[in-house]
Amino acid sequence: MFRLLSRPLFRLVPDNTKIPFMKGAVIGLIVSALLSTASVILAFYPGLERGIDFKGGIVMEVRTPGPANLAQLRAAASALNLGDVGLQEFGAPDQVLIRLPVQSDEAGTQTAVNRVRAALEQAAPGTRVLRVEAVGNRVSGELFRGGMIALGISFLAMLLYIWFRFEWQFGVAAIVTLFLDATKTVGFLALTQIEFNLQTVAAILTIIGFSANDKVVVFDRMRENLRKYKQMPLRDLVDLSINETLNRSLGTSATLFLSAVPLALFGGDTLGGFAWTMLFGIVISASSSVFIAAPIVLFTGAKALRKGEAAQPAGAPAG
Amino acid sequence: MYFARWKALAIVGVCLLGVLLSVPNLLPRESLPSWARQISLGLDLRGGSYLLLEVDTSAMVRERLESLVDSVRRGTASANPRILYTGLNANPAERRVSLRVSDPARAGDVARILREAAISVNAGAGSQQPDIEVTTAPDGTVTATLTEVALRNKASSAVEQSLEIVRRRIDESGLVEALIARQGQNRILVQLPGVEDPARIKDLLGRTARMTFHLLDEAANLQSATPPPGTMFLAGERGQERFAVRRRVEVDGANLNDARAGQDSRNGEWVVNFTFDSVGTRRFAEVTRNNVGRPFAIVLDDKVITAPVIREPITGGRGQISGSFTAQSANDLAVLLRAGALPAPLTVVEERTVGPELGADAIRAGIASLAVGTAFVFLYMGLAYGFFGWLANVALLANVIIMIGILSVMGATLTLPGIAGIVLTLGTALDANVLINERIREEVKLGRTPISALEAGFSKASGTILDSNLTNLIAMGCLYAFGSGPVRGFAVTVAIGTVVQMFTATVVVRLMVASWYRRRRPQALPV
Repeated sequence: MFRLLSRPLFRLVPDNTKIPFMKGAVIGLIVSALLSTASVILAFYPGLERGIDFKGGIVMEVRTPGPANLAQLRAAASALNLGDVGLQEFGAPDQVLIRLPVQSDEAGTQTAVNRVRAALEQAAPGTRVLRVEAVGNRVSGELFRGGMIALGISFLAMLLYIWFRFEWQFGVAAIVTLFLDATKTVGFLALTQIEFNLQTVAAILTIIGFSANDKVVVFDRMRENLRKYKQMPLRDLVDLSINETLNRSLGTSATLFLSAVPLALFGGDTLGGFAWTMLFGIVISASSSVFIAAPIVLFTGAKALRKGEAAQPAGAPAG
Repeated sequence: MYFARWKALAIVGVCLLGVLLSVPNLLPRESLPSWARQISLGLDLRGGSYLLLEVDTSAMVRERLESLVDSVRRGTASANPRILYTGLNANPAERRVSLRVSDPARAGDVARILREAAISVNAGAGSQQPDIEVTTAPDGTVTATLTEVALRNKASSAVEQSLEIVRRRIDESGLVEALIARQGQNRILVQLPGVEDPARIKDLLGRTARMTFHLLDEAANLQSATPPPGTMFLAGERGQERFAVRRRVEVDGANLNDARAGQDSRNGEWVVNFTFDSVGTRRFAEVTRNNVGRPFAIVLDDKVITAPVIREPITGGRGQISGSFTAQSANDLAVLLRAGALPAPLTVVEERTVGPELGADAIRAGIASLAVGTAFVFLYMGLAYGFFGWLANVALLANVIIMIGILSVMGATLTLPGIAGIVLTLGTALDANVLINERIREEVKLGRTPISALEAGFSKASGTILDSNLTNLIAMGCLYAFGSGPVRGFAVTVAIGTVVQMFTATVVVRLMVASWYRRRRPQALPV
């Protein structure tokens, strides 16, 4: 047993794999551009399902003494004239999720919470409120701005960092890829109608960090190979670098994917959206290293990287 | 692959320290020595209420302007001869009071009255300046504008004061463990663990609780639409009563020493007994002595609670408020009076309340995810990389333990997103080991000896590891800086996990591999 476990049992990618990825460079870029464009369109039409973090409003989760009579509860809540009331069964027949739109003034949101509590108590005595989230207009506006700024700044920071560490071609390739990754993730949110809230922004940021990490590893190898094989055409060199790091990229993606799977399965309502977004993003970022970032380096650096390298003395520091 | 003895000891020491710091989390809180810290559970895990309150500074501006209007009214009436004017009004939007003096020659006198009513405020660097700017126009218009500095000063001190009063009110209401902190410019964050229905607290915090004693204007006609100058019509606490109350505050609730709920010995009704401090006692004695036989009103937040007739001078500084109190409402009022009045109204702008059942569900979900995630990742790593993979798993365990130790020492709060952060750290932490192992493999295939392959693997991978982890740290830094609430918990755990991981995945694993190599001297590496 010990003997068996002490040696690797399997490899995701056999040694000496030589997949000519760059043959698919153009197709990869086109498909990705199409997917991202579609995603951006989806983000506006039908649009993202903004959560109350970003939209403001009230969400209440309640448990009724017996199976919930949705029609009766809806009538009770609608009678308060607080705007469109959304009611749905949530997890169990006696559990109900109630959504109310944001009220016009800050104090009104709190009044609305109290009135709904009272109305429920009257319509179904013994109803217990399990969770209340009420976010006013001002706060939701600030949270939304904060989330967008965090996304923007992280893009900028990644660009500067990779630019600083590598040649500019790599910086551009990385940032374009990250942008394409992020837009596809947004498209995924729009398509699945997973709530767009602070947690999904956290998921997108985590994916950006992870995706950049993946690119850095591949770029690092390209840079090393550029010095090692002075005569190899860039196309072959990019392919070689990807193949060499493929096992690592897939391996890391696999461990991250495996760790996120339980969150998606057991995380429930709160973490479910976060975890599914993560899972999607992991797949996207693993493939974008190969099909987007690398081709961009190939096309932008076709002349510069090779020539620049040849002109420099061997072992000159890059970047 | 050589470690100096002290270096090896230091590395083992750090790991042991991590264990020591994380152990208190397994013990009950009561049995802990004083140095030990535990991770506290966030409200989403243990249940509780999170309230974000905003101090409404515009009400303060309004009040200040009202008092200026009042000063003008009194100053012009007592001047000899009387100063006549038109259009005296307060404009809170533009932060100013203006009026037009009928005889432009006397505009200067009005300006003087206003300047005398100014309060000096700290303008920074120790200099003082009046809180209003008074200007006069040739046509007799006088305006007093609240300055920018005064406004900022007022707002800032109002938030500070509100913070203090919120703290006192919550303390007085008997809630322990509440966390109250200032947030941003004009917000106060209140976290109430274990509170399932924050309605009572919201009610306590939502009341300004400014209590004032006024004389009644007996001559005023309650039926008229507008009250006579210097008088206001206020509603009674119950019923449709209306009172004509003189604006002048005779005694302020700020001069109270104490307030307690009690029962009236005669009829068993719930009342609030209060005592004045020395200033309050003197003022109250004076007012009651001069107005025996007249009614006076106790006003709380613009409502008349009671308006008894003064039967005799009250010189002892004690009083009683009776209304239709229940034990609860008498107690709440006593709490409010003891804690003092808020300088400005508070509005709840964000509420998140989680009941204990959902919290327990969340903990179960978190633990299940953590357990299954760990199992998946361990198996993958062990099966795909063999012996070195299992070593990496040991390092991963050390990683999680040290992480918990650091979070404990920081006194961090563990939220559900925080647990997600730990779970994801499991996934990313192994990246470094995957990189190292792949490197070692390549070096072996290039024909290096085991020792030099190990050496090269660790050193060549370290640059890549640093580069790639920095990208994670950048993303989490952005999230922490611009996110809020539980999401920050996620950023913190992932960031700590990333940093710890750089230590465990490289240094700790390297130490383990080195000591294994020295003992076994293998001819080939199990890669």
